[in-house]
Amino acid sequence: MRFCWPGAMAETLNIERFELAEGERVFLRGASGSGKSTLLSLIGGVLQPSAGRISVGGQALDVLGAAARDCFRADHIGFVFQLFNLLPWLSARDNILLACRFSPARRARLSQMGVLPQAEAERLAARLGLTPALLERPAAALSVGQQQRVAAARALIGAPGLIVADEPTSALDAELQARFVDLLMDECAAAGAALLFVSHDARLAEHFDRVVELADINQATVREVA
Amino acid sequence: MNTIAYLGWRSVLNRRGSVLLTVLSIALSVAMLIGVERLRNDARDGFARTVSGTDLIVGARGGQVQLLLYSVFHIGNASNNLSWQSVQHIAALPQVDWVVPLSLGDTHLGYRVVGTTAEYFARFRHGDDRALVFAAGRAFAPAPEGIFETVIGAELAVRHGYQVGAKIVLSHGSGGFADHGDKPFTVVGILAPSGTPVDRSVLVSLEGIEAIHVDWQGGAPIPGVSIGAEHVRKFDLTPKTVTAAMVGLKNRVTVFRVQRQINTFADEPLTAILPGATLQELWSLVGVAERALLAVAAVVVVVGLAGLVAVMIAGLGERRRELAILRALGAGPRHVLGLLMLESVTLAVVGILCGLLLVHGLIWMSGGWLTTTYGIYLGIGWPSLSEWGLLGAVLAASVLASLVPAYRAYRYAVADGMTIRM
Repeated sequence: MRFCWPGAMAETLNIERFELAEGERVFLRGASGSGKSTLLSLIGGVLQPSAGRISVGGQALDVLGAAARDCFRADHIGFVFQLFNLLPWLSARDNILLACRFSPARRARLSQMGVLPQAEAERLAARLGLTPALLERPAAALSVGQQQRVAAARALIGAPGLIVADEPTSALDAELQARFVDLLMDECAAAGAALLFVSHDARLAEHFDRVVELADINQATVREVA
Repeated sequence: MNTIAYLGWRSVLNRRGSVLLTVLSIALSVAMLIGVERLRNDARDGFARTVSGTDLIVGARGGQVQLLLYSVFHIGNASNNLSWQSVQHIAALPQVDWVVPLSLGDTHLGYRVVGTTAEYFARFRHGDDRALVFAAGRAFAPAPEGIFETVIGAELAVRHGYQVGAKIVLSHGSGGFADHGDKPFTVVGILAPSGTPVDRSVLVSLEGIEAIHVDWQGGAPIPGVSIGAEHVRKFDLTPKTVTAAMVGLKNRVTVFRVQRQINTFADEPLTAILPGATLQELWSLVGVAERALLAVAAVVVVVGLAGLVAVMIAGLGERRRELAILRALGAGPRHVLGLLMLESVTLAVVGILCGLLLVHGLIWMSGGWLTTTYGIYLGIGWPSLSEWGLLGAVLAASVLASLVPAYRAYRYAVADGMTIRM
């Protein structure tokens, strides 16, 4: 798979092959500016590769149109970012439920499991250590650690096959970092979701099934300059 | 779509301060636009409704529009009167069916006093050939019994609580300088509302007008002379002059011939007008001003919408991360476009509705004042066809305006993707 930003002189990414097994937990290490965000946008279907192909859960993304890729992302991938994961003017609960609002498939999976989105949001929140009182607060009133847990609950609700976490711990202190990674791993395991954890911080790598260096798999000659 | 509406609503709630101001500015501009339009149409309607059934109006030689304004609408004053002989001469013309003379000049509490004959109540027509109706009482009796009897318009009766039997005192001229306090009039009839200046009139007999002025000369009481109401009947109360006369013809076909005859009357310089035609002349005069006013109102609406665009675009900078989050959750650029358009258009629609409420509120509050001061009746009710047209144009303009922030957000959504940029 190759990707070149329009107008750029050289490719940002040139990855021969990179795979996650179902339910696998992979730590992808890369320095900032190494093309991490670009790779995640490609996996999310927001960008299209210049050459090659990306499949998520057996679905080739390149055969889908832009709207279908948006839909697919909503249904099958949960994202957790470094910061600003939440809409500040919605309550924590509504932020979690937002994932279901955009995805009929997530709602359908929940109703197959026989749970209401509301109940599932509360269950996930409780498992992540968020009290019901916190759920009613606007997201802007939560601490960073609480916000990250709300973001994790939103990524997980409706059991998407893949969770992509982009530096989700870098705003947390060391102790919270480890706790958050553990929580995320537990919940992914419980939901049977694969986890792609992207970070520049190698200290967290020990928790994972597999560690991949982006620099090792990316054969693009010129690096993006951050 | 539901999700978009929900997000738009919550996002707007979050920015309610600036949003309220935007809605307010749109509401004010729409209120102005609709207000101008309604004022213009209702004023025309009111004027057109007032002149009906009268074929010619005759006054002293002067401007046609001026004659129409002071004789029918009680706006302004006559610069000259016509003699009673001329009125009788016109009444004697073979084509003329009836003549109702009008004698203006006095007031009661700012309401115009109209000296006329009892035939006025039978001949005056408004709207679709509707006659005046008495809500209470009767017309004043012919002289000499009815000299100090008066019939008042509905509005005067309501405003001042006058009932049949009430005594009122007329003031000389437009009031405030001298009263005819020695000769009060008795209300014998109250007219039902007609939506014309008659509602604000005090109608008395021509002899009554003469009677209160017997001891006056040159617009002031003659010093040392006071003739009581009980003695006034001994005088000859036939008017020497009147202000104007309404003329009805036996056959309308002859209207231009009679008009020419009156205009070329040898004994006195007179002007005869066809009320409808003169009204058209009036509209062509004020039409320019009306269009200018409407254009200014339209520009104000454009300013209001520009404010909306500015607020939406200013908000976009902060909302870029909001958009990136929505993108990560599966929103496409078209959702972002829809969200922004929906927000802008909704604000515009709310602004338009508030504007309509505002204009009706203003009409409700100031209607009475406008009517007494300017003789304009503003109706409260559903927008007229032309107002719907204006509202539609504002809505269309707001949809166009909403494209500006929406397209910008769309570009952000495509360029940023899920990447959160500050």
